[in-house]
This record gives sequence, C-alpha cells and structure tokens, in this order.
Amino acid sequence: MNRRMRPGGPNANSGEKGNVGEFFRKLLGFAGGYRILIIIAVVCAMGGSICTILGPDRLSDVTNAITEGITPDTDNLEEITTAMSDNVQDNMETLMSEISSSFDQESMSSKAAEILASTEISDEDKVTFQTVIASMSSVTDESEMQEMLLYLPDSILEILFDDIEVNGSTISASDQVTAISILSDMDIDADSEDISMDMFDDLADSIMAALFSDIEVEGTIITGADQQEMMTLLADVDTEDSSALLEALDELPESIYSLVNPSIDMDKIVGILVTLIILYCASFALSLSQHLIMNYVTQNITKKLRKSISHKINCLPMSYFNHTSTGDILSRITNDVDTIGQTLNQSIGTLVSAVTLFIGALIMMFSTNVIMSISGILATIIGFVLMMVIMSHSQKYFNEQQEDLGLLNGHVEEIYTGQLVVKAYNGEEKSKQTFDKYNQDLRNSAFRAQCLSGLMMPIMTFIGNFGYVVVCVVGAVLTMNDMTSFGTIVAFMIYIRLFTQPLSQIAQSMQSMQMAAAAGKRVFDFLEADEMEDESYKIESLGEITGDVEFNHVNFGYDEGQPIINDFSAQAKAGQKIAIVGPTGAGKTTMVNLLMRFYETNQGDIKIDGISTKDVKREEVHSKFSMVLQDTWLFEGTIRENLIYCSKNISDETMMEATKAVGLDHFIRTLPNGYDTVLTDNVNLSQGQKQQLTIARAMIANKPMLILDEATSSVDTRSEIIIQKAMDKLMENRTSFIIAHRLSTIKNSDLILVMNHGDIVETGTHDELLAKNGFYAQLYNSQFDVEEEM
Amino acid sequence: MSILKLFRKLTRTEYIYIVISIAFICAMVGLDLKLPDYMSSITTLVETEGSEMNEILVEGAKMIVCALGALCCSVIVAITSSRIASNFGARLREDMFDKVQGFSLEEVNKFSTSSLIIRSTNDVTQVQNLIVMGLQMFVRAPIMAVWAIMKIINKSWQWSAATCVAVIVLLTVVGICVMFAIPRFRKIQYLTDNVNRVARENLTGLSVVRAYNAEEYQEDKFEVANEELKHNNLIGNGVMALMQPSMQLIQNGLTLSIYWIGAYLISNALISNKISLFSDMVVFSSYAMQVVMSFMMLVAIFIMLPRALVAAQRINEVLDTQMTIFDGDINDSNTEETGEVEFRNVSFKYPDAQDYVLENISFTAHKGETVAFIGSTGSGKTTLINLVPRFYDASEGEILVDGINVKDYTQKALRNKLGYISQKAVLFKGTIKSNVDYGDNGKGQALESDIVEAIYTAKANEFVETEDVGYDGYVAQNGANFSGGQKQRLSIARAICRRPEIFIFDDSFSALDFKTDKDLRTALNDYCKDATKLIVAQRIGTIIDADKIVVLDEGKVVGIGTHEELLKNCDVYYEIALSQFSKEELENE
Repeated sequence: MNRRMRPGGPNANSGEKGNVGEFFRKLLGFAGGYRILIIIAVVCAMGGSICTILGPDRLSDVTNAITEGITPDTDNLEEITTAMSDNVQDNMETLMSEISSSFDQESMSSKAAEILASTEISDEDKVTFQTVIASMSSVTDESEMQEMLLYLPDSILEILFDDIEVNGSTISASDQVTAISILSDMDIDADSEDISMDMFDDLADSIMAALFSDIEVEGTIITGADQQEMMTLLADVDTEDSSALLEALDELPESIYSLVNPSIDMDKIVGILVTLIILYCASFALSLSQHLIMNYVTQNITKKLRKSISHKINCLPMSYFNHTSTGDILSRITNDVDTIGQTLNQSIGTLVSAVTLFIGALIMMFSTNVIMSISGILATIIGFVLMMVIMSHSQKYFNEQQEDLGLLNGHVEEIYTGQLVVKAYNGEEKSKQTFDKYNQDLRNSAFRAQCLSGLMMPIMTFIGNFGYVVVCVVGAVLTMNDMTSFGTIVAFMIYIRLFTQPLSQIAQSMQSMQMAAAAGKRVFDFLEADEMEDESYKIESLGEITGDVEFNHVNFGYDEGQPIINDFSAQAKAGQKIAIVGPTGAGKTTMVNLLMRFYETNQGDIKIDGISTKDVKREEVHSKFSMVLQDTWLFEGTIRENLIYCSKNISDETMMEATKAVGLDHFIRTLPNGYDTVLTDNVNLSQGQKQQLTIARAMIANKPMLILDEATSSVDTRSEIIIQKAMDKLMENRTSFIIAHRLSTIKNSDLILVMNHGDIVETGTHDELLAKNGFYAQLYNSQFDVEEEM
Repeated sequence: MSILKLFRKLTRTEYIYIVISIAFICAMVGLDLKLPDYMSSITTLVETEGSEMNEILVEGAKMIVCALGALCCSVIVAITSSRIASNFGARLREDMFDKVQGFSLEEVNKFSTSSLIIRSTNDVTQVQNLIVMGLQMFVRAPIMAVWAIMKIINKSWQWSAATCVAVIVLLTVVGICVMFAIPRFRKIQYLTDNVNRVARENLTGLSVVRAYNAEEYQEDKFEVANEELKHNNLIGNGVMALMQPSMQLIQNGLTLSIYWIGAYLISNALISNKISLFSDMVVFSSYAMQVVMSFMMLVAIFIMLPRALVAAQRINEVLDTQMTIFDGDINDSNTEETGEVEFRNVSFKYPDAQDYVLENISFTAHKGETVAFIGSTGSGKTTLINLVPRFYDASEGEILVDGINVKDYTQKALRNKLGYISQKAVLFKGTIKSNVDYGDNGKGQALESDIVEAIYTAKANEFVETEDVGYDGYVAQNGANFSGGQKQRLSIARAICRRPEIFIFDDSFSALDFKTDKDLRTALNDYCKDATKLIVAQRIGTIIDADKIVVLDEGKVVGIGTHEELLKNCDVYYEIALSQFSKEELENE
C-alpha cells in the first residue's frame, strides 16, 4: 500500500507538551452544541461500566445456586433413615407384643397337657419340654423365659405358637421363635441409628416384611423392599470414601433417589440469568451508543476544526506564512486534527469507563471487606508501580525509536533524492557509514522499545493473578477466624480482576490525552493567531477605474526597524507599462506585495485613481489586478475549472477566446477530454503550457490592471516566444507591472524601477537609465558578456 | 509467498532465537492454561468448609509460581522476538539501502525515488512489526486455541457447541466490520490526502487565491472534501464502533450460555457426576474464553497480514532488481590524457522504448574547452550528459573519457575525474564545509584553503562569510535553510573543490541571475582553466562564449559550432536566440 507520506510526520513536534486541562477547556468551548452529546456519551460509558460491575455478582449468584444443588440431600436422607428406624422399632415392638400375646402362662399350661398327651412328639422332646417349663417357672424375667423357649424342639413349638399376622405378613411359629431370639438380643432401646443390616440377616422374610413396612417421607411412599435395598446398598459402602458413597446413592431405588437427589432451583437460576441477559444487553447498548455518539461528535468536531483552519488560512496576514511552513500548517490540518480525533473517539470513552470501573470496584471492595480490599490493593500497587516504571521507560525508548527512525528516514530520503550527486562524487561509502550508524541506533532503540512494550501485557496478567492469590489467602485466613464469609472471597476474586483491568487503560488513555493536548495546542495556536484588520467600514467599491497608479512617499520594511523601501514616489498613467528589474533577491516581489496590499506600507500610500488603497477593502484592490506569477499555480481539477477559477458567469466563448489568444486552444482540444481533462500529475503539461494556462486565466478574469512576476523565467526559450505574444495581448490597454530579469523584454517600458538589496535604486526609461550608466546599465550589459570580453 | 522469501535472510542465530521463542511460547501457553486449574482448586478449597489454611497456601504458592513462570516465559519471548525483529529489520533496511545505492538511473526510474524511499522505510517497518506481532500472536494464538480446545473437547458437547457458535458469531461480526469498514478506510486514506491537497493548494497559491478574491471558492472546495471525509469517517468508524461492544457481548454471552447449559446438565446428572460437572463448567468457561481470545488474535493478524504481505512484496521487487551497470577493470584515475571527452555515434533509448532519446551523437571536447548543449525541453540535453558519469549506459556507440571507454573504468575511477552539478541543487544535512568537501575523489581530504577557494570561486562567499552562517554553518536536510540560488552556488563550490578534469553542469545556472551567472563563469574560467566544461543551458547568455555549442533537437544534433557560426547556419539556434534577444541586439554583435 503506497501510503503517501504526510508533511511533518507524526513526531514533528513530539517535543511539545500540551496542558491537558487547557486543551479540554478549549476543545469544549469549540465543541459548542456537541457538549450535550459528549455528556450523554460519558453517561453511557459510566452506565456501561456499572453494568459490567454488576454482572459478575449475578454470575456468582448463579454459581451459588448451582452449588446448592450439587450435594445430595442429606436432610432427606437422614429423615428417611430416621423414619425407617422409627418404623422398624415400632414394628418390632408390635411384633413382639403380638408374639407374646399368643403365648402366656395360661395357654402354656393348657398347651402343656396337649403336648404331653400328643403321641406325635417323641419322649425325648417331652422331657426337654418339661425341663424347660420347670426352669421357666423359676424365672420371672420374660426375656429369660423367651430364651428358654429356644431350647424347645420344633415339634413342641409348633403346638405352643400359633401363626400370627403382623403388617400383613404371616409369621410361622418357628419364625416367631427365631425372631424372639434375635430381637431379644437387640437392645431396642439403644440408639435407633445403629440399625444394621447384618442384624437382620438371619431373620425370616416374613419377619422382615413385618418389620419394614411402607413409610412416607416428604410425601413419597417408600416400600419396605426399597428400604431393605437401601440398607443393603449402604451397608457395603465405606463411609470414609465419599465418591463411593455418592456412587452408591445413584443405585438407590427410585422412591428414595427422588428424595435424595439434589435439585437445582432452576427457576431462581433462570431468573438470575435473565437479569444477566438484560445487564449484558444494556451494557452492549450503552457501550455501543457511547461509541456511536462519540464517533458522531468526533467526526463533526474534527470537521469543524479542519474547516476553521482552512478559513483561518485566508484570514491571516501574508507575513504569518513567512515564518510558518506549508508543511507545518498541513500537518496541523491532518496529523494534529487526526490525533485529536482519535483521542476524542477512543480515549475519552475508555477513560470514563475505566475510571468508573476502577472506582466502582473500589467501592464494592471496601463496602464488602476493608482488610481484604487493602491487601488486594497493596498487592496490585506493587505491580502497578512496576508497570509505571516500565511505561515511563518504554515511552523514553519509543521517543528514541521515533527519533532514530526519523533520522534514518531523513537520511534515506536525502541520499535517494540526491543519488546522482552521491554517485558522481563517490559519496556512497560515506553515506553508508552514516546509514549504518543510524541503522544501528534504530536497531537498538527499536529492540528496547519493542521489548518493553511486549512486557506490558504479561505483567498486567501477572498482577491480576497475584492479586487473586493474595485475596484468596487473606480471605481464607479471615474465614478461619470467622471474620468473613465464603461469599465475600468469591466476590473479591472478581472485584480484584475488575480493579486491575482498568489501570493500564487509564494509563494509556492519559498518555493519548497528553498527545492530543500537544496537537490541540498547535491547532488552537493557529486558530488564535492574530488576523488581518477588520475592514468592514472601508470603501466597498472603487467603481470603474481608469488605472492611474501613484506611489506616494512609500516606506516599507518586512521587519520593524529595518526599512527596505525608503520614501519612494512614482506615477504610472493608465495603460502604461512599468517594469521592475533587479538581480536575484533584490526584493522585486515586495512591490507586488505592496500593490496588492498583501503587506501594508509603513508610511505613505499607494493610490489607484487618486484613492489610497488603505481606504479600500482588500478584496476591492485585488479585484482590480490580474496577476501572473513565476510559479504557475494550477490545481487538480479540469482545465475549465482552472481557467475560469472563481470568476462568475464566464461563457465558453470567452474562455476559448482567451485560450486562443495564448495559443493553447488547439492543444487543449487534442487532450482526451478537451476542456474537461482533469489536470493531475499524470497529465504532462510543459512548464510553458502551464504558464499559458495561467495567462489565459488572468485574461478571463479581465481586470483593469496587470501584474506579471517573472512569468516566463521558468519556461524554455522556444515556448517563451508564444507566451510573450500572449502576454503582449494581455497587456493591451491595461496598466501593467512587469517583473523580469530578462531585460530585453522590458526595454520599451514607460517606466523602469531598478531595485537592489530591497530598495529602489534607480527609476526611468531604458534610454535614460543607460545614459545614467549606473546599476541598470551594468545589469543590462552583463547579458552580453561577449561584448565585454571582446 | 513474498514474506517467506524474505525470511531466507534470517541468520542461523535468528533461527535459534525463533526456535527458542516458539518453545517458550508453548511453555507460556501451557502455564497460562494451567492457571485456571489452580484457580478452580483454590476456589474449591475456599468454598469447602474445613479446608486447611496450609492447603490454600500451597495451592496459592503453586499458582503464583505458575504465573511467574508464564511471566518469565513472556519476558524471554518478548526479548527474543524483539531481537529477531530489530535485527532483521536493520538487515533488511541495510540490504535495501545497499541495493538502491547501486541502482543506476534506469533502475531508479523504474520505481521512482519516492517509492524507493517508502519501500526502504515504511515497508521495512511494516515487515518488522509483523515479525514481532507474528511471533507473539501468530504463533501463540493457534497453539492457544488448539491447546485450549484439546482441554475442553471431551467435556460436554453442548458447551463445545456453544463455544463454536460464539466463535462463528465473532468471525461474522468481524467479517462484517472488515467488509464494510476496510473499503471505507481505504477511501478515508485517499480523502485525507484530498483534504490535504486542497489545503496545500490554498497555501501554495496563497497570493493567487487572494489576488483572485477566491478565498470563498477555496473554502467551499475544502468544505466539499472535508464533508466527504467526515461522511466516510462517520460510517467507517461507526461500523468499527460495533467491534468492541460486540466482543464484550460475545464473551459475556458465552459465559452465560455455558452456565445456563451447565445448570441443566448438572441438574440432570447423576449425583456422583454433579461435582465434577460443576468444576468442569468453571474450567470450561475460562478455557472457552481463551479459545475466543485466540480467535480474536488471529483475526487481528489476518487484518494486519495483507498489508505486511504487500510491503514484503514491494521490498522483494527492489531486492530482486537486476543491476544494469557494471564496473570495468580500470581502477586508476591517472591516465595519460586528461580532460578529453569524446562521443562516437552514441545513441540512447530507454529499455523497452520504441524511440531513441538520443541518436547518433558524435563530438569531442578537448582539455580546457567549454562545450555547451542547448535545445528545447525534451531535446535530450540532460540525458546526453548523464551518459558521461554512467548514470545511464549508451545503447549504441561509445563514450570515451581520456581515450578510454567509460565502461572500462570502475565507476569510482571514472567519477573521480568528474565534477557534476545537477539541475536541482542537492545539499546534504551537515555543515557548509561537509557539503563542499563532499565524497571521495581519490585524492584524500580537501585542505581548508581548497574549500575557501571553492567557495570564493562559486561566488558563495557573500552569504557563507556572514555572521550567522560561516564555514561550519548548519545545512538542514535538503539544504532547506538556503535559497535556490545559494544552494546552486554551494553545489558548484562542491564540484570546484573536487578539482575535476571535467565539469558537467546540468542547467546549473538557471537559478542564478545574469550578473551572478556571469561573475561565476568568469571566476570558473580563471580558476579552472585546465578543466573541460560540459554545460547544459537554457540561456544563450550563459553559453555565448563557449568553444563549441552543440544544438540538439529531438535527440539529434542539428548544429555544432560557435555562437556566431550557429547564428548564421543553424535555424534552431537562431530561433532560440531570437526569443531571448531582440533582432538588433543579435545583429549588433
């Protein structure tokens, strides 16, 4: 991409430092109606940042809500276990009482007779029975009695015990007996949680069914079978191994699982997420509006700045441009205004957002926990100081790099443009030496600058991480001493990020503001420069003039106290030809400057038709003179535009008459688009043709008087003949002032003003001056050095 | 690819640096991606009741070590990549400079001087910047993206899908911005130049503008350009305004989606999977952010890349240019004959051109003679004398200096015989002295007295020997602090100081007024009596006393002789003379 180099370059004035405050005061003054928009944009930026601060808090709420739903519902699990053991105990008691109720002393004795009479029972059994009965009578304790029953053979027990039904489960006599034996071992008064499946292992299914009846927990009915399954599952799990425990939980029967499985409060989460969406969208909308508004404001303000500069150019006195170069002013229009624009567009929004974020995070931090805030800030300050050190260094190296780059580019430009001379004088080696030195310097400074700037990001990241760890550790210490909660730590982790993030942004935008202030100073200095005197009270129009010009005791000097023209008086009658001659640098152009009132005389005045030009508006003076200068001035535009320029109501015929008069009509018609051919660098007009165009332009403007300032000196000799003719035509009936160093062309002038070292040294006609044998004669004869040498 | 061709210029050390950088970039990415793990484990520890302070400290220390490690890696990468870039940039600039210095006018004209300047400076800087950014981003971003994707790919597909959507949205937004904004920015570049041009017009033609009372006309014209610039800026920057908030929204939106999806996944998961899913979610969201960031970096590079590629291409064009002028064998400037220049049937045309610029030119300039060349613009005068110092080589025929073909000399030896003064005076930054005693003529440093004599002969003493200039007076770049006439006189002094056998003046007197012109030539004839002078001129007065005047018209010699002879028998010369003197003046002589 062939980017055209702009005048001055971005660092043309890097030395200057602007006062940021003053710059913004001036800029806001200049902004006018856009101030309200700027305020809106600032509010938007702040709003956007506030949304950003609020976001993480909501997000941590979501995290919390999810966390709550992660761990199994231990409450429910406990409730189930409690309900189960309560139920089992209840059932056990019922069972026991049922069994005991079917078996008492009274029925025992009645049944004893039956047993002894029974033929089915072996004698041996009968003996045992009697022994047991006997010993039973000696004990009063019921449990001991029950225990003794166990010694009875089954055949007898069958008679002693009837089948009973508990909780819908029919229990046989033998089952009853075993139940009695096992259950009696259990200390049913003991802590209910100690129920272990092992103990139930030997129990008959019927009894199990009786013990584990359905229970209802939290509205869910858990069947006995499910209860038993759970007991079996959990029995195998090592309670120390939490993951095994969790896996076991997954195996639980449906009824229990539904109770234990944690549930996330989705409604709550969706609620928060929707809030978050709103926050994010608001942040997006606010941030976008801020950008768009600032862009609108920036483009309008920069346009206004450029317009003001462009207008200002035409309000400044000519003398201003003597000490300010074209490149410098152009640099103000493009580079400086661009810099201001970029700062307006980017940095203000960024700065406001970053500062809001920074302050917001600070407020949030301090309102949550002071100790953690302080430790967090201290941790980041260490990093921040480090960063500031690096930044100030890298700024130094960046400036150094720019300087070296400028030197190198300058050298390259100089050598390339002067390449023929370099070659002709065998200067290659020397220029290479200089180049090597600059290149080496640039290599070193570029390395340093690039290196340091490459460190910024990693250091910022490190500061963030460091702050994070510090906050976590300090938070943990505080938590252990019960001085804060977990939630605070989580919140702080986010705040510390929000706190460190804007620091570098603030630093960067401050830097860019500095640059803008420097640029702004240059722009406003130009806009505030002293303008030409207001002339609204002066004579509007000279009307039709005949063209008499009189110099009346004119005194002038460009610098105060250094007069160049002293008490000069002369008269030119309408239609006369006045020549101004002199060697290079004699100040011939000064006369034009005075005639055109580009400069004001110090004393005396120049009169047109007897009226001092000082009493007339400048525009009116200008409107009386046509001017053709040595440096042909054409602009990029069509030939037609260049010819007519700002003259009004010019017909094509008038235009072509002029071009025919200067002998250019034919040439223009041969161009691809004729009079509408756009003059660019690509259209090759010779110097002579360019001059012919400007003469035609002067003809079209058709003003009563004429100034020709070395109009043919840069034209090659053969074109000059044509141009000379064109100029003669132009001079007809006009009071003409001709500056020339080719004296042959002005010999027939009515008056010749001879200048040297700025002042007019001789006046008169050609013959008079030659007769004087003074400076003019010397000048005139120097053209024919042949004569002299011969 | 053009840029790869340039990379062949990297040295072995730089390749080692590159390998080191890439290794450390990998390490850095690895450590960067390890950080979220520590973060989540610290988070878990802090959230779990009853964690030991010790454990947190240990994890914290690990994380800081990890972060420090990443920092160290980035420091090393920053150092190595800056080293590579600055060395490479310096070498490229040097190669360009050497190459261009060796160019003859033919090669220079192929590119134009301003284009060569931009290629040697801006374009090299572009490539240099690409290397720094490239190593830090172009290498890092893909590694980061792939590594981060590897870390999360086996997690839940729903999250991966969300990340994928985020990346697509990101690319779409960037794509739209680029598509709409880049053409605008190109246009803005052009429009800025336009505004600049109109303002420059006003400034350079200040007196014309005021003389024609055209202030308003100019301001209106400026306003049109200004408005167009504003309009395009408004749209271009407006589209780009979408960028930053969108990026923010995409990042936030992605986190939000991951949490939203996560909430559902967790709630539907088995109890045993819930906790691991939760920590997956936290980790995923931070890795997903890395993936998105990596893509952003890649996008930034792809916006930057085309410009750098064009720059590399343009650099290559210069470096690949074949030289057309080669040194001969004669290295010694001391020849038997001195000051003799002979053209034998010399013709010249530009390569690939149809027509000859010079055709069949023959003449001889003997020691001490003044030979002048006159003719209208485009008649080939400047081209003719440019053949003597071999700024171009003749297409046909031969040019002899001191009886030896110019092609047989080394360029240095040939030019040691010559004192060339260009049409547009060239001065270099430095002092008056350094400019007058410029270059190398094979005779060593000039004496102080030589410099003073040269200044006097060139009539430059009147402004050099003033209080605020002096022989050590500062000369700004391009001699910007001197007027045209002063610069020309200094450049003539430079040639005189060299004491050449042959002077070549390429229309060097036109910036001087007649009197100075005449005085200078008189002094020159006195002081450098023995030197041959070849003079291109516009003004008859300058060459009226030449020993021989060669009149050129459309590349052909139409007359050779003295002023008087030519007035009689050369129509073209008579015509030129007539335009400068009146008939009676010519006849008076």
